[in-house]
Amino acid sequence: MNGRTVRRYGLNALGLAVFAVAVFPVAWMISTAFKPNEEIFSTTPRPLPAEPTLEHFDYVLGNGIAEVSFWTYLRNSALLALATVLVSGLLAVLAATAVARFRFRFRTTFLIMLLVVQMVPLEALVIPLFLDLKQLGMINSLAGLAVVYIGFALPFSIWMLRGFVAAVPRELEEAAAIDGAGPVRTFLRVLLPLIAPGLVATSIFSFITAWNEFIFAFTFLDDQDKYTLPVMMQYFFGNASNEWGPIMAASTLLTLPVIAFFLIVQRRMVSGLTTGAVKG
Amino acid sequence: MLDTAPAVGAAPDRRSSGPARPRRRPRPGPYLLIAPTLLVIATLMFWPMVQIAIMSFQKVGNRQLAGEPAEQVGTENFSTILSDDLFWQSLRHTVLFAVVAVSLTLLLGTLVGLLLHRLGRRMSAFVAAGVMVAWATPPITAAIIFYWLFGSTGGVVNWFLDLLPDVLVGGDWIDHNWFATPLRTYTVLTVCVVWQSFPFVAVSVLAGLKSLPGELLEAARVDGASAWRSFWQITFPLLRPIFLVLLVLSIIWDFKVFTQLFIMSGMANRDAFNLSLYAYSEAFGGMNAKLGMGSAIATVLTLLLLAVTAVYVRIMVRQGETS
Repeated sequence: MNGRTVRRYGLNALGLAVFAVAVFPVAWMISTAFKPNEEIFSTTPRPLPAEPTLEHFDYVLGNGIAEVSFWTYLRNSALLALATVLVSGLLAVLAATAVARFRFRFRTTFLIMLLVVQMVPLEALVIPLFLDLKQLGMINSLAGLAVVYIGFALPFSIWMLRGFVAAVPRELEEAAAIDGAGPVRTFLRVLLPLIAPGLVATSIFSFITAWNEFIFAFTFLDDQDKYTLPVMMQYFFGNASNEWGPIMAASTLLTLPVIAFFLIVQRRMVSGLTTGAVKG
Repeated sequence: MLDTAPAVGAAPDRRSSGPARPRRRPRPGPYLLIAPTLLVIATLMFWPMVQIAIMSFQKVGNRQLAGEPAEQVGTENFSTILSDDLFWQSLRHTVLFAVVAVSLTLLLGTLVGLLLHRLGRRMSAFVAAGVMVAWATPPITAAIIFYWLFGSTGGVVNWFLDLLPDVLVGGDWIDHNWFATPLRTYTVLTVCVVWQSFPFVAVSVLAGLKSLPGELLEAARVDGASAWRSFWQITFPLLRPIFLVLLVLSIIWDFKVFTQLFIMSGMANRDAFNLSLYAYSEAFGGMNAKLGMGSAIATVLTLLLLAVTAVYVRIMVRQGETS
């Protein structure tokens, strides 16, 4: 073997090591979820279950957590995420079009505002928003939470979408206008199909934002059957300490959809990050 | 919330489709399009920020939650927290954690980014996908998983440390309680947060590296420059804008870490508070809600973060991201 081959093997080995470190905690979660209790608390833990079992998943999906079915938590989380995706997606398309297609007064101010707003600590906003929603009688309601999530997902969605709108050649819209299409028709038939991939990517990010959010859901929701998956997880973790099998089974069910979505958008995101990185 | 602010935004192709030249008569179009967004952001972000500022000078407790008007107390909330050792301890934890976690995240992320750049195409894609898994894990499950990994019954970390030769790491790891002192809790928290945040740095650095002209590094190699030297002389200066943005974003994110600490340590463990957990616990933790006190702490946290955000905005404006 010459020096170059040795170096390539070395780099690949290093790459595999990085892969292992990055994936290990999630792999361990999944592996624990399938292990019978003796194996979970064995003094010599093994990477894979020797006798894989579905008992922990059966427990979580069958018994539910705190007398409430797992599917209720899942439904709450899914509904919230769906509402967030739809509304923030719609508003983001409008605002992104304004920013990418028009030059107007306060445009730069608007863009700077979007940047600032993304950095505001939500951990601080939870106090006043709790009071506001309480006064509106929207505490302990998924609708109130959805409104808040829409606000959180919106700035980043606009920021991401505007690049996609700007990348659509203006000539296409002009051609449609010359052919007699009105602005609404032009938007629906020309612009919307072309920015669809961008819309998919932003939707997935809004989805993950709503799906993962913990502190607001934890603060706002009182009734067990309104809990979202992260609040259920916190409750379960706090009340069933050391029942690691079921806890890891529930974590797996909460985590895998997010990882799947993330891997779908990863390529788009990396390329979105690439362009214009160094403008000299 | 998902940590995905744009380090480097997608750049529109300015020649073919930049914003139109200003028209003579102002048209309502763009304003109508951004109106709903403005409304949402004003009610959900700006107004609450004003409210925090107002409430930090008020006493807002259970009586006020029941409908009584808030009581003005002047700067009492601030003088209470500033004379409270717990505040200074929380501030110290916040800053120290941010310094350590940000340094480790940037170091590890950069190294992995450089590695991904040098791997073959398939291997690079494979490792990048694995790294994405760490990034994608929701904070709540990440915290619970790390609590389990570092647990004292059945925890794999203690088992592994016990296997290592005692000369290296000392003995007696099997019953080690990783959550007994604030320092230990923050050690686990750091490992957890760095694990979750290095992928973003790695992927951004990789993206930057791909955009560099290959000839420069090639020329440096031909001239016999070491990898160390060509990084500091060529790569780093060219990628400076990216590193700046990554630094600022990491500081902002690590400064306000909440969910993971809430899971690992909780509201009962006051010794391990950071600012965001302290604010939350003052506001909602006790039997008597102290929303005014919580707001005062939240104001301090927000002001600190806005200062860092100002740096971020300046960099983005200079890079032309807002044009």
